[in-house]
Amino acid sequence: MLLTVRDLAVSRGGLIALSKVSFALAPGRTLVLRGANGIGKTTLLRTIAGLQPAAAGQIEAASESIAYASHADGVKLALSVSANLSFWSAIFGTGKAATAEAMQRMNLTSLADRPAARLSAGQKRRLGLARMLVTGRPVWLLDEPTVSLDQESVALFADVLRDHLGAGGAALIATHIDLGLPEAAILDLTPYRTAPHQMATPGFDDAFGDAFSDGASR
Amino acid sequence: MIALLKRDLLLSFRAGGGFGLGLAFFLLVAVLVPLGVGPESGVLATIAPGVLWVGALLACLLSLDRIFALDYEDGSLDLLATAPLPMEGVVALKAVAHWLVTGLALTLVSPLLAILLSLPPVAWPWLMLSLAIGTPALSVIGAFGAALTVGIRRGGLLLSLLVLPLYLPTLIFGAEVVRRGASGMALTTPLAALAAITAGSLALLPFAAAAAIRVNLR
Repeated sequence: MLLTVRDLAVSRGGLIALSKVSFALAPGRTLVLRGANGIGKTTLLRTIAGLQPAAAGQIEAASESIAYASHADGVKLALSVSANLSFWSAIFGTGKAATAEAMQRMNLTSLADRPAARLSAGQKRRLGLARMLVTGRPVWLLDEPTVSLDQESVALFADVLRDHLGAGGAALIATHIDLGLPEAAILDLTPYRTAPHQMATPGFDDAFGDAFSDGASR
Repeated sequence: MIALLKRDLLLSFRAGGGFGLGLAFFLLVAVLVPLGVGPESGVLATIAPGVLWVGALLACLLSLDRIFALDYEDGSLDLLATAPLPMEGVVALKAVAHWLVTGLALTLVSPLLAILLSLPPVAWPWLMLSLAIGTPALSVIGAFGAALTVGIRRGGLLLSLLVLPLYLPTLIFGAEVVRRGASGMALTTPLAALAAITAGSLALLPFAAAAAIRVNLR
């Protein structure tokens, strides 16, 4: 298993958004997260990516196996397409060849020297997705990857994703759009939603007492 | 690691970067003060150490909120937090990048501005030395302040209020080094104190700033 999640509870702004979420992701598999807006898809992905602590439960994955793509693409507008990508490939240590291949796969080669400020929204999104290729990591967490992509680019991305899965990778995707991956499993998050306004920590009387007990428990 | 430093330097030299901002401000202060105070060189020489140090400090302050806010807004900070770099290293490198484009640049032009303020030439080396030793503390303390205020919209005012008290010891000892240098007095004590503040903040604050960023990304 590349990623195993057991009884995970995630919190947003101190309130539990989802609880008792369990699933496992084997190599070559995709899991699509579904659920109404605001149910906690992004919070779940950020928790698994390690950007925020889990309120309860376990996340098991090999260290440095997860790559995360958020709503924002993390594109530097003042830099060119290739400079943006080679920065991330240097950070992830995957080298120049990975940058060139990622640009070619996401159909960005002809835009390589263009400043990212002059890209359209869809082209910027393709650049953001090309970043996943240069991470060289097996588990992709994708938050609404197809926003502002046209039909053609969605198909292009589905091909890239299929290749990634074929190479033993896995993907966890929050999306409302059908990516054309019939083998993808779907996880509807609605049953995991907690009752509204349930506190992440038991209620506290005074801010300082809570802060100290929180510090002591770590 | 080097890639991050290179990218930050490149971005600060591009349009909208922070490179010209601090330098131009420093220059303006040094040009306007003699006009405001009047041409009497005795008065100017007396206040020059303080004016130069206050100018350098405010010039550093100007570009502080860019250290993390830009990366936070376009999503790169989330991606850097999930990249195989320790957040402490990211903070330290960003502080180094900030120092190179503000502190080091100010140090290098300071003798020119010392002429405008008729600081005696005997004090010029001390001015450069005190700026070279003191301004790294300004950058790293500023990076800590920027980390604390990273999620706050228009946090610039709060950032200044947080950071200015922490800048005071550097300002006092830095200006004292120059003042003593100008009048030929022994200056080992303020110089040692200045270096101690810088060494202490370099050693401790990257950890505090990284912790603050992790909390703010939740």
